[in-house]
Amino acid sequence: MSDTQLSIARQFIDAIPHSKRLGMVMEDLDEGLAVISMPYDEALIGDPVTKVIHGGAVSALMDTAGGAAVMAHPRAGIGTATLDLRIDYMRSATPGQRITATATCYHVTRSVAFVRATACDEDTELPVATATGAFTVIARKSKS
Amino acid sequence: MKRPDPVGEVKHRRDTVLSAIVSQIPYIRFLGVSFDRHGDELTATMAYHPDLIGNPTLPALHGGATASFLEITAIVGLTWANMWQDMEAGNINVETVAQDALALPKTIDFTVDYLRAGLSRDADARAVLNRSGRRYASVHVEGWQDNRQRLFAQATGHFLMPQRDVKD
Repeated sequence: MSDTQLSIARQFIDAIPHSKRLGMVMEDLDEGLAVISMPYDEALIGDPVTKVIHGGAVSALMDTAGGAAVMAHPRAGIGTATLDLRIDYMRSATPGQRITATATCYHVTRSVAFVRATACDEDTELPVATATGAFTVIARKSKS
Repeated sequence: MKRPDPVGEVKHRRDTVLSAIVSQIPYIRFLGVSFDRHGDELTATMAYHPDLIGNPTLPALHGGATASFLEITAIVGLTWANMWQDMEAGNINVETVAQDALALPKTIDFTVDYLRAGLSRDADARAVLNRSGRRYASVHVEGWQDNRQRLFAQATGHFLMPQRDVKD
């Protein structure tokens, strides 16, 4: 995969309005791999008693990281959309801590890209959540 | 026999309880989600805002915004259903409910099925409780834009219900 494709993918991901609104920062981007983090923000609280951020914000982080891993895969590309995303919530994210999602695009067919992702706060031993997803791949014209 | 409460009082009680749930969760305001109530049926609306976009070239809603919207709809729907009986029996103090600690279900897992791109306009959603037990609940949510029959996303999730203290 060329550095150009990676840098195009990086620019595209950095410009996603909803991800920007959530304060997401790209920590790493490589072939089929994306690491994206999101700061704690009181506006994202889902449970006012515990101050834990809403699962939906974690979903948005996972979805962004998943899509980014697909865009950074040499056999996929920028034009991708989520088909299906399943999130398992293992534990509450600790209030005040940054959440980091690592997504891997582990298989790509002509039409579908498969992704796994893990989200951790500062305690990296036990993830906050894991995700599996399927993303669309736009068929290339250079098909033999 | 107890006389039924006047209709205005019943509506006021229901609306107050619903708004107490919604107003206490900051993330609902962050996403711009509101709820319409008809009897016990809730319809959630996510008002379009450019910050919800995930693909600016189409443009299309961010899959994460859609997932969040459906999960909020599920959690509010579950909490609402959970409070309904107490509310109707007059066991919830309408004066203090907005300050009372909310007992919210916790998401165990949530699966979103993206059926078509979310357009840059308002989205609506309704939750159906497949099963709501004392400990676990299974919820299905459907989301659409403009046309109720044309879903743009649906989701199913499992939730751990809040364990209420036994009151004597």
